[in-house]
Amino acid sequence: MILAMMVPVALAAFSPWLAYRGPAYIIGGFAGIVGLALLLAQPLLAAGLLPGARPAVERRWHRWLGWAILTAIAIHVGGLWITSPPDTVDALLFVAPTTFSIYGVTAMWAGIVTAVLVAARRRMGLRYGTWRLVHNAVALVVVIGTVVHAVQIQGAMEPVSKWALCAAVLAAALITVLGLRVVAPLVRRARG
Amino acid sequence: MQTPFYTRRSFLVSAGLASVAVLAGGSFSSRAFAQSGLAPTQSMRGGSNNYRPNAPMVEKLGNGFWVHGTVRRAGDGAPLKNVRIQIWAATTLGGERAPQNHGSVLTGPDGAFRLETAQIVPNFGQPHAHLAYDDADFQTVFLRPVMPSPEDTSVRADFVLAPA
Repeated sequence: MILAMMVPVALAAFSPWLAYRGPAYIIGGFAGIVGLALLLAQPLLAAGLLPGARPAVERRWHRWLGWAILTAIAIHVGGLWITSPPDTVDALLFVAPTTFSIYGVTAMWAGIVTAVLVAARRRMGLRYGTWRLVHNAVALVVVIGTVVHAVQIQGAMEPVSKWALCAAVLAAALITVLGLRVVAPLVRRARG
Repeated sequence: MQTPFYTRRSFLVSAGLASVAVLAGGSFSSRAFAQSGLAPTQSMRGGSNNYRPNAPMVEKLGNGFWVHGTVRRAGDGAPLKNVRIQIWAATTLGGERAPQNHGSVLTGPDGAFRLETAQIVPNFGQPHAHLAYDDADFQTVFLRPVMPSPEDTSVRADFVLAPA
């Protein structure tokens, strides 16, 4: 698990293109890669699917990892903004020539919505069941947006490890959501 | 370092657009051609990003990579000589905003221009160059051609300019 997350990051560190980039670009780029890697653990922690830890502990980790992912997004966008303000502004305004920026910025906004939902659940008076469904839906937007964003980019990531990580991230999210929302209720009903 | 997904996708998109253009635009474009001739090139999205106006005239910016193309007049398609084209890109020498990656060249009698640069490297997710026509005689055009592969050693961009 840790290895699956670290290998793609490590391989990207050997990209020959890094030599031609400034520190803000390198840091911003790696914040994106780390954010993608964190998305692998995030749903599994939520569902308590990682072996060796108590569910309550995994929940706490899930919450911390959520803030870590938001921090990664902030560093990613900030680093790119320092590197090239016009390209970053184009992306944020959805007018960039690259389709991957549309997916990336959509995922960013979904991440921000997730944070607002987490912070304001009680104030908004959402029932926990409703809130979980909304949270799952928005989280899926984060995952799918990020994965499509990543696979289209020609950047520092080594292609095979990038595709493998993206497939794993997508699988983890789908298994978690389908498992919690479809399979578990069916099992409960069958036993019912 | 190209991802297969990207290649297939861009192929499908361009093939799709091309077939739409052929199917829908065939009669229209031939009529437009007969009336007003060669249409001017439109600026591309993001083409003017990190533009530094009046890049110095240069012999070359580096070795091993060629940015080239032609400049013609809208309507009759006549080649335009002594037109200044400004070129910049992220290369092995540094980023898109680095002054050493910005330079200008003039077109020859045949309307062609070419500039040798350092190898262009992917920047913001795509290997691409920037070119500008930004002088008084014609309308300003900013182009942003994308290389099909980051290993390519040349990239081409053609201008058709409309009078200012």
